[in-house]
Formats: sequence, C-alpha cells, structure tokens
Amino acid sequence: MTIRLYLPCDSSARSMGADRVARAIEQAAASGKLDIQLIRNGSRGLLWLEPLLEIETAQGRIGYGPVSVNDVDSLLTDDVLGGGAHPLGIGLVEQHPFLASQQRLTFARVGVIEPVSLDDYQLHDGYAGLRRALTMSPVDIVQAVTDSGLRGRGGAAFPTGIKWKTVLDQPATPKFIACNADEGDSGTFADRMLMEGDPFSLIEGMTIAGAAVGATQGYIYVRIEYPDAINTLREAIRLARGAGFLGPNVLGSGKTFELEVRSGAGAYICGEETSMLESMEGKRGEVRVRPPLPAIEGLFGKPTVVNNVISLASVPVILAKGAAHYRDFGLGRSRGTLPFQLAGNIRQGGLVERAFGLSLRELLYTYGGGSASGKPIRAVQVGGPLGAFFPEALFDTVVDYEAFASVGGMLGHGGIVVFDDTVDMAQMARYAMEFCAIESCGKCTPCRIGSTRGTEVIDRIVRNENRVQNLSLLQDLCETMLQGSLCGLGGMTPIPVQTALKHFPEDFQRPRP
Amino acid sequence: MYTIDYRDAGTPVSVSKKSVQLEIDGQAVHVPEGTSIMRAAADAGVSVPKLCATDTLKAFGSCRLCLVEIEGRKGYPASCTTQVAEGMKIRTQSAKLSELRRGVMELYISDHPLDCVTCPANGHCELQNMAEVCGVTDTRYGLAGEQHSGIAKDQTNPYFSFDPNMCIACSRCIRACDETQGTLALTMSGRGFESQVSASQNEDFIDSECVSCGACVEACPTAALTEKSLEQHGQPTRSVVTTCAYCGVGCSFKAEIKDGAQGAEVVRMAPNRDGHANHGHACVKGRFAFGYATHPDRVKSPMIRKRISDPWREVSWDEAFSYAAQEFKRIQSKYGKYSVGGITSSRCTNEETFLVQKLVRAAFANNNVDTCARVCHSPTGYGLKHTLGESAGTQEFDSVMQADVIMVIGANPTEGHPVFASQMKRRLRQGAKLIILDPRAIGLVRAPHIEADFHLQLRPGTNVALINALAHVIVSEGLTRDAYISERCETASYAKWKNFIAAAVNSPEATEVATGVPATLVRAAARLFAKANNGAIYYGLGVTEHSQGSTMVMGIANLAMATGNLGRAGVGVSPLRGQNNVQGACDMGSFPHEFSGYRHVSDTAVRNLFESAWQVPLEAEPGLRIPNMFDAALDGSFRGMYIQGEDLAQSDPNTHHVVAALTALECLVVQDLFLNETAKYAHVFLPGSSFLEKNGTFTNAERRISRVRKAIEPLAGLEDWEVTMKLSQALGYEMNYRHPSEIMDEIARLTPTFTGVSYEKLDRLGSIQWPCNAAAPDGTPTMHVDQFVRGKGRFYVTEYVPTDERTSSRYPLILTTGRVLSQYNVGAQTRRTENNRWHDEDRLELHPDDAESRGIRDGDWVGISSRAGETVMRATLTDRVQSGVVYTTFHFPESGANVVTTDNSDWATNCPEYKVTAVQVAKVSQPESWRARSMAARHQPRVTETQ
Repeated sequence: MTIRLYLPCDSSARSMGADRVARAIEQAAASGKLDIQLIRNGSRGLLWLEPLLEIETAQGRIGYGPVSVNDVDSLLTDDVLGGGAHPLGIGLVEQHPFLASQQRLTFARVGVIEPVSLDDYQLHDGYAGLRRALTMSPVDIVQAVTDSGLRGRGGAAFPTGIKWKTVLDQPATPKFIACNADEGDSGTFADRMLMEGDPFSLIEGMTIAGAAVGATQGYIYVRIEYPDAINTLREAIRLARGAGFLGPNVLGSGKTFELEVRSGAGAYICGEETSMLESMEGKRGEVRVRPPLPAIEGLFGKPTVVNNVISLASVPVILAKGAAHYRDFGLGRSRGTLPFQLAGNIRQGGLVERAFGLSLRELLYTYGGGSASGKPIRAVQVGGPLGAFFPEALFDTVVDYEAFASVGGMLGHGGIVVFDDTVDMAQMARYAMEFCAIESCGKCTPCRIGSTRGTEVIDRIVRNENRVQNLSLLQDLCETMLQGSLCGLGGMTPIPVQTALKHFPEDFQRPRP
Repeated sequence: MYTIDYRDAGTPVSVSKKSVQLEIDGQAVHVPEGTSIMRAAADAGVSVPKLCATDTLKAFGSCRLCLVEIEGRKGYPASCTTQVAEGMKIRTQSAKLSELRRGVMELYISDHPLDCVTCPANGHCELQNMAEVCGVTDTRYGLAGEQHSGIAKDQTNPYFSFDPNMCIACSRCIRACDETQGTLALTMSGRGFESQVSASQNEDFIDSECVSCGACVEACPTAALTEKSLEQHGQPTRSVVTTCAYCGVGCSFKAEIKDGAQGAEVVRMAPNRDGHANHGHACVKGRFAFGYATHPDRVKSPMIRKRISDPWREVSWDEAFSYAAQEFKRIQSKYGKYSVGGITSSRCTNEETFLVQKLVRAAFANNNVDTCARVCHSPTGYGLKHTLGESAGTQEFDSVMQADVIMVIGANPTEGHPVFASQMKRRLRQGAKLIILDPRAIGLVRAPHIEADFHLQLRPGTNVALINALAHVIVSEGLTRDAYISERCETASYAKWKNFIAAAVNSPEATEVATGVPATLVRAAARLFAKANNGAIYYGLGVTEHSQGSTMVMGIANLAMATGNLGRAGVGVSPLRGQNNVQGACDMGSFPHEFSGYRHVSDTAVRNLFESAWQVPLEAEPGLRIPNMFDAALDGSFRGMYIQGEDLAQSDPNTHHVVAALTALECLVVQDLFLNETAKYAHVFLPGSSFLEKNGTFTNAERRISRVRKAIEPLAGLEDWEVTMKLSQALGYEMNYRHPSEIMDEIARLTPTFTGVSYEKLDRLGSIQWPCNAAAPDGTPTMHVDQFVRGKGRFYVTEYVPTDERTSSRYPLILTTGRVLSQYNVGAQTRRTENNRWHDEDRLELHPDDAESRGIRDGDWVGISSRAGETVMRATLTDRVQSGVVYTTFHFPESGANVVTTDNSDWATNCPEYKVTAVQVAKVSQPESWRARSMAARHQPRVTETQ
C-alpha cells in the first residue's frame, strides 16, 4: 500500500530547505523502491518545526521536524513509515498542543490539503459555500456576511457585510472585487500562508463576493515579493476556470466571474487600499482622497469591494456553515477568529488561529513559549510596524478590537513581533519613523517631511541635544502626523513612537556612549 | 504664481442646481451641492489656509493646511476634499487647528530655502503667505536635517525655469498638466521625502513631452516654476485684461505690467481664470511668445519710397499720409476709381477692420475691399449662410463638454487651437467618442488617455466624397432624425438631397475608390455619429481650403441637420478659426460684396442706411476679390493697394503670381509691425501697433467679442485705427473717432447682430457672443436654438467633383499643409521669439515608402516641385502621413511652401486650394544652390507666364 508523505511547499518551509528534503525523499524512494507518495501541502503554521514532514498512518498524520536532508534516510525506514518513533517526531500533528487548541475556521485546510488540488479542496468542504451562495439572493448573501460579524482582517476591522451592501446598492456597473494581498506589515504572513496553502478558499470567497454584489471581475493584488503565492494562485485560477468554478457561467448559475492576479509594485503604501487601486490602474501608488469610498468609486471609478485575503477566505465557511456558526466564536463586537502571527524573538513562531477573547500573554507564552533567546519579553508590537508597543504590564489585555483600542493599540492584521529585554525602544521608535520615511508615498506633508524629521529629532534626543525641547517637538510632530496625515501610514506611525515614549521613557533618557 | 490680483477659491465651482445650507464660523452660507467646504468658506469671505488647492484643479488634499473642525465629526478633515452637507457646522479657526497648521508649516519651512527677499516670487509666494498666516517665522527642526538643496535648476525651457529646491511637492504642476492641458508630461518621481517633480522620465523640460503651455507655471505656488521674464524684469505692478492676438480661440489674458523709468513694460501674460474662452488656460504662443512686440525688427517710423528698388526713407506720419493719399488720388484720376482697393486683416481688431472697409467704400468710393479670410474661412461664411442662415459657428467652446461624439474634420486642434484642444481632450477623457477625418494622423488620433474611435484617413481633396458617404449611410440605414428635420428644415430641399445622397454613387463602397477609406470604417463611424445623443462637428482649414471648400461646409451642415445636431449645447457645426479675428474681419464687412453683418451691397435699404450714416454715395456692385485684384494688377487696371496687417506675398498661393501682381502696382501701402515679404514691393510703409499697444475688440471662433486693452503705448506713436483714420482724412474723407469705443458704437448702430454691443457692456460682462441685440441682450452662446436663422434649414446637393489638381507621373505625390504648435501662420510673430527652439524650419513629412523609392533619408534636403513652382526643405520620414501624401508647414518664408501651391480655388469664394498640390519630391545634393534658385525665381515676376 502506498504511504503518503506530506512536506510543505510553503515558502517558509522552502526557505528552510524543504525542496532539498523533498528531492532527497524522492531519490531515496526511487533507489529503495519505496511505495510512497510525496504530497507538497501548505504549512501548518508551526514554523519553528519547518520543514515539517508528515507521514500518514492508520492513527493519523505523524509529524517530524525540523527535517534536514541528513534525516531523510533515518525517516524512510519501514519502522518510521509505519508510525514508529524518531528523534524528530512530534506525534500526531493535529494533537500538537500548538495546533490542538486552535480554532481553525479560515485555515482549516491549510497544511492539510494539497493546495492546488480541486479534488482535495472539495473533499475538505471546499466550494460548499459557493454552492450554497448560488442558491441565495445577493441581499441574503450580504446579510449572511453581515450577520456573521466578520470585520475587515486587513487591519481596519470595518464590517465586511456593510461594505458589501454599499457596493451591492450602487447602480453603476461594472463592479469589481479587489483582494488586497499586498501583505506588507513586518511580522505578518497569514495572507501568504493561505494563498500558498489553500488558494481555492480565497478564490471561492471572491466568487461569493462577486455573486453577492454583482461584480463580474475580480483582481488579487499580490505583493511581488510573494512569487510562490502568485504562481499558486494563477495555477489555481486556471484549474477553477477549467472546472467551471470561474468564468462566464459559474457552476451553471448563469453568473460570470473572472479572476486575475496582479503583482504588486513593491511599495508598502500599495497595501493602503486606495493606493492599491491606483497601482492596479497602472498609476503611481499614491493615496486617494476619501470620499468617494472605493465601494462607490473604486477601481477605474467603479464600485469595488476591497477586502483583505483573510476576510475573503473566511467567507466560504460562513456561507457553508451559516453566519451563526462563525458568529458564535469570539466576543463583543469581535466575532469569529483571527489568525495571529507570532514573529520576532519568540521560541515557537507561527500561525495561531483563535477566536477573539484570549489574552496576549496566552499567545506569547502558551503558544509562543516565551522568547527565543530565553530572556524576559520586554515589549511586543502588535499590528505591524504602525502598531503600538505593549509593555509586560499590558500582556493581559484581552485580544479583541475594542479592548486593544482602549489601551491605545490595535490588532491590525494580527501580527505580533516580540522583543526581549535587550531591545532599545528609542531605536525602535526611530525605526518606526524611518520605516514611514522609506515607505511614504510623499503625497501629504506630515508624512513626507514629518517622518524624516522624526528620525532626526529622535537622533538628537538620543544624542542628548536639547533633549527636553526635542522630546516636546517629537510629541508635537506625532500630533501633527496623527491628526494631519492623509492616510494611515503617516497617521499611525506616531503610535509606536508614542507608545515607546509612554511605556519605555527610560530608553529616551539614558546616557549613551 | 498666479496673476497678481486674483483671489483663489481653492476648488472648482460646483454646477449643481441644488443648494445646501451650512454654517461656517457661525455664519450661514448657501452654496451649490458638491461645493467643497473650502470654496463655501471662500464664498463667505473666509480664507482657509491652503497650498495644494487652486480653483482650476480638482481637490487633492495633500498639504494638510486646510484642516477644519466639523461639529459631530471626529478628527480634522481637509476642507478642500470634504464636500458641504446640509446643516453642517464648521469651524475654520481654533487653537487646535492653529497648532496643527503651524505643525505642518514648520515641516514645510524645514525643507525650503529661506531667502525670500531675493526670490522672484517674493510677495506673491503662497508658501511665504501661508507661513505668515500660520504665524510661523522659524522652524524648530532647524535647517541641519535632510534638505532638497543644491539640486540643479532646469533652465532648458526658454520661458520658464524649474528649481527643485523651491518645490513643495504639492503636485499642482502635475495636476495642471494632466487636468488642464491634458499632455501628462509631468510626474512625481521617487517617493516620500525623495518625491520630485519630473518632466517625462527625469528629462530636461525642453526634451520632455512638455508643450510649454505654462499651466504648470501658473499653478505653482512658489518660485519652483517661474517665468524667466519675472526673474529678468521683476514683479509686475498692475495688470490689464486683454485678448490674445494669436489663434481663433481668443484666450483672455491679464497682461502684467511693470511701470519703470523707461515706461511700462509687459513682464508676463497671465491667463485669465475668468476668461470665457480659456478659463485660465493658455498655450506656448499666447502665454509666452509676446516678445515680438518689442523685437528690434519692429518698424517705428513711417517710410516712403518712389520705386521699390529705392531705399526706404523715414518720414513723418503726416508726410506718409499725404504721400499715400496723393498717390491713390493720382491713380484713381488716371486709371479710374476702381483702380485702387484695400485689404483688411484678420489679425487686426474689429474696429480697425471696420475702418479699412469704410475707407475703401467711402473714401476710395468703390467696393474693392477683401480680407485674408478669403484665403481661409470664406467657404465657411458661404456654406453656413446658405444652409443655416448665418456665417458663423453655432456653438460656444464650453458646448464641447456636453458632446457625446466629436467629429474633427480637417483640423489639428492640439497644434492650431491648443487651448480648445485641451478642453476637447478633457471631454474625451470623460468618455466622449471621437471620429477624425484627416489625411494625416494628427495628434488627437492617439494621445495620452485618448484614442480616436475612428480615423478616416482620406486622400487630400476627397472631403466631399467622404462626407457624402457618411450621410449616405445615415440616410440609407434610416438613422436620420426625421421629426427634427420635418419640424426645422425645408421639406423640398431635404427630399431632393435625400434622393441625391441615397444614390449608390455616394455609398461608402463607391467612394472608397476616391477617398481610400474602407467602407466598413465609414459605415461604423456614420452609425456612431448618427446614434449619439449629442454629435458635434469641429472643422478647420482642411475643409475650406479646397476647390470644393464651400461644398464641404454645406455637406457638414447637411450632416448636422440630418442627425438633428444643431440648436442646443453639445452639438453644432464649429469652424475653428485660424486667426484671432477671422470671424470679426468677416463680420465687419471686409468682403467686397457685403457690409457688416453679411448684408449684400446690392441691398438698397442697407446701402441707404450706410449712405446716410457715412454721408457718401456707395457702390451697389461688389468689388474685386484678392485674386481678382492680382489679375487686374497684371492686366493694368488695378494700380494701388492699401494692405493692413497681411503678408500676401507669403501667405497667398502661387507666390510667383502674387509677386508679379504686387510688382505691377504703382502705389502699395503696407501697414504692419514688420517689413514683411509684401513690404518688399511697397511704396509706403505705415508702422503698425501690436495688440498690446491698442484698444479694440477681437471676435473669436465662437462669435465671442472680447476687449483688447492697451497695455503699453504704441511704439510708433499711433494705434492702427488712428492710422486708417488719418489716411482717410488725408484722402479727404473725414473720420473722427476719439476712441475705438466710438467705432464700435457706429458698428452697433449699423449692424443688426451688434446693436446691443458696447464697450460698457463688454466691460461689464467680460465678453459677448453675437448676435447681441434686443432679442438677446447678453449675447447668444448657441445659435439656431428654436429655429434656424434663415427660418427653415436648407439642404444642398453636394456632388463630389474631383479637383483639377491631379497627380501624374510627373507630379505623383499630393502635398498638403498644416501648422505646428509653436509657430503661428507665416511666423511673423513667433519666428521673432524663442518659439524657434521647438520648430526652426519647415520640414516635409514623407512616408517611409515614398522616401525609400526616392532614396531619401530622414533629414535629407529635398526639392519639391509642382506645376506652379519649386522649393527646397529637409525631409522628415514619418508614417503620420499616408503613402502618396506629403505634408509641410508654412511658417518660414525661406521654405516657401506657397511657391508650389497653385491658383486653384473654391468655386464659390475663391478660397485657395492650399491643401491639395500635386508635387514631385527628389533628393537634392546642393540645397544652397537649389534654395538660391528657388528664392531668385520667387522674386522674378514671371509676368509672361501668368498673363
């Protein structure tokens, strides 16, 4: 009987040598005449274990990792292939504590299935959502998404259903679905993992969105730094179209939905939705003034749903299992689940999909296992490079949108970057300004000039040049940027700076060499 | 820097009819829906600080100075990008807003040179002004940080410089290039702090796609983009609103003047944002090329000479007038009263034109007056008068903004009428469809964000066949607007025309042989035009300057009537007039058969009106047209001529013939700014005054009468109308006007379509589109609204008759002519400016196939010969022209394009057939000797050949 092996083709695994391991497995299998089948799946999100090899046994899929080429021979023994022990073994993958307690709705298939297999996708409940949606009226689809409580997972947390309703209500045609996959926040990788590990869920979500608002064309704007995701999506779109899941008559419904992948322009600002639309139109990625909202005048001036990958990929399960099923996860106004991404100085980095309501501490210690260096965690930045820095005192903050906002933070796209006690928070504040200076589109003055001046002022503070005056100037600058900027880049850059100043003032006062 | 006395409302006006009430700083304000808070505030007299906003451009929201507080709303929205809403309560001033604005200003100042005192924008710099408004005199960031300084200044454009060190990255220049001009030559390169305005792809301005319209300079709030004239002469002290003297668009300008020890000098021509034809836009000619007015070539003293071989002798005005008058009287007594005549100019004012024709009719006592409009738009007058009842375009320029399908025939707006072209392009970018009928791929065929839906690239000389084919499709496919036609047009003439046009000979399949345009294209284009809600036709000299020019104009009118496209905004038949006052010159009675207002001299009632006003008997028979004058000169019956402001020897066809005629004259009086080609044959030279030196009015292509106002004193002491008046006095016919307004009052008294026009009203309204009378006291933007001027519209049968000018084995190519943006007409003005930087010679455009068979490479000197003459110029190989057709411009006298053009002319009006000349082209090895031969031949009258 053929034994099935799984080794991720996810770029995190590939960056750790998964392709070399795969070649070694295939060579060993060929020379040893082993009856095995190697499937390249997505990543389970236990990134410290990549490349994570899984061997399918009668009990289930048993994991081994991290696997190197040198481990291949010892793994391909009859014993191990039969479920026997190995030093790299982690037992049944789904019972691994990191994974077992997760609540995977959006990432349910990621790491489980073969990403570009339509059969595998459908075998794992794929396209149930679309089939259901095609029996519903557009108003009812939108209502279901509204009822699910889903909010934009790109970071702004705007209720997805309300956005869709706005587009549905526009008389103008054509309408577009634009997926924002320009995942640029440092420490985030959920979009990439999903696109590489379960591309059909995004395609299905977008098709449902098209049916809901009356759009016939969708675009996925993927950052050019994600070549694997781009290739995977393109292949999946080709297959879906061939099988009638996309095209002029989706599943015989008479509805048209076409999908195209557009590669990004290599700029952080193109992840800001209006800049992304400009970039998609072939223009310089520069922020548009709102109003008009993209839902009313978006791509090429037409009504456009702009949603993040995770938002759209969460739609199939909402339609398949009903709005209530999704809404029953989470609490308050934060319903459903969020895929958190643990990065930075953390022992167990990776993806944790959990319902809202757990604490930051749980994520850092229960899942993350503390810092990688073993030193105490001093600060974490949540929500990307524009997110707030949290000191240890705030680690018990409940993870939901409102609770985070109340302590001056934001969940954003769910990225969590961890720093131990060797971090210099003045340099982190400077880095926030520098990041903004590098990535600013240059349209508005507070961001264009302010970010550069911000780095200069922090340098002066650090050098103890007129420290008191410069600290006051820095606060004023933050206020100018916060209130005056055109978009979130300039408008949120002060957040890490201000939270660093607030929670770690000592780092700005230290004498330095 | 915008004009010195303009108050910028920040964002464009909203045209919504719905009114919104809101409160700004406690003051109740009513504004149209869609108005920005910034503009609503400006209307209420509240200035919100701003830098990136200006009322000619869409709101951009980048400077973040205009932040305001809105009751019940979070944060500080930008007032430029936030529209008003009912009941809004807005605060434009608060401690927090001041703090934020100061914060932003400090950032600006931290990256800007602070040497205001020596800056050319000092006192008119918006950054300087805003710093003052925000109370920022210094920046806490200091000047030690990163700076945009030491970047080389781009001085390559002859008229303006770009200094990146002064740039505040507001993008106004880029947006002006995009939205106002539509060239999209500018962009922002780099991002963040590195953002920098870039012409094309980081090229010098002169090498970029920039067309030097000046919109960016006008839009720049600082000295980053500055007129070099301001750097040279300093700030203006006052301005005078006047009208451009170049093309028929008739842009309104503010001539900005600096009064100094040497008298007043014009330092800048700033486009007038209140200008009704241009709305604050301009082109490289009107905006910058005004230096000719003070060029050293200007003649400042009258001159006379007995023979044209004698040297000129400077004389007093009185001596010049008395000599000219004596000569004219001597000639008339010797050869009869019909032996003299005069030419009016489309370059001069209405008042001047009116006086010249008055002088001819009253003082010369004959009707031998004609105008240079003869050689451009006389078929327009004829064709539109006969079909619709009025010799003028039917629309105002703004009408194009409501057109759904635009048809451009034989016109090249982006070169010839650039400011209107920008407006048309704006409409095209909004989605209007475009059909182009032109032998050559003009710029509009494909431009940034614009592509013609159809380019019907016909062979020169086959216009009528093509317009008939378009009409044939519309008639035979039942696409005519029958209700419109039956209500507004003559039944009988329509039936006759319909019968004619439906004949198979007019089908696209049949005409394809002659026109070369595939029938399928013609059919599709005809359908597109016929089905449009609003179809508008714009045409130029490619229509009129043909042996069937008048027929074609009628064909256009037929098409517009048959499709119901006359009598409202968004439609119409609009001739694009070449010169500033072609319309006016025609209106003023410049033609030998018509008094002002297109009334025939044989009409006794009209004649009586003029006789009683002018107190002289007037001739009832039409006088000589220009070509008749030449013929009469050569047969000896015509001996004296007074030419105001036209260079017949360069601009009229068949130069050899013209020169022979001029040489035969006993007294030629030329009134001009320069010693032009014609002056070589003159006996009296009367120095003219440029448009900056006189008062008057011009009438543009949309019948818009606009004031020309004196900015500086006439260099030669007299305004042109004074010269004509004094010549008339010397001839013994009294004219006494103290000011051109009195001439206009006389025009108004004598011309039914002008009865409501006065200088007082022009000052009040800004401009007036005639007819302006009791029925239309404020003028008439759209003609033929309820019915056609002639009552019922008349269809004319327009049979296609091929021109006599045919290709042959000896002359196998067809030469056609046109213009370039930077030069104007025969170049008398623009050649005396820096505009030569863009175009310093006329070149022959030749299709690569035709070049290859002749062994001609790009840049080679080629000889061009026709049945009329030969000339030489360099070749440019391009597929803009079709094989078999060559093309050139006629801006430089030495290229002598008109040496080769022939005597063929329009059957109705004698408008020359400039656009079709059979030629041969051959590579020449010694251009100098060729040119010498050609020039010599040009000035050797070949009397024997032409008699």
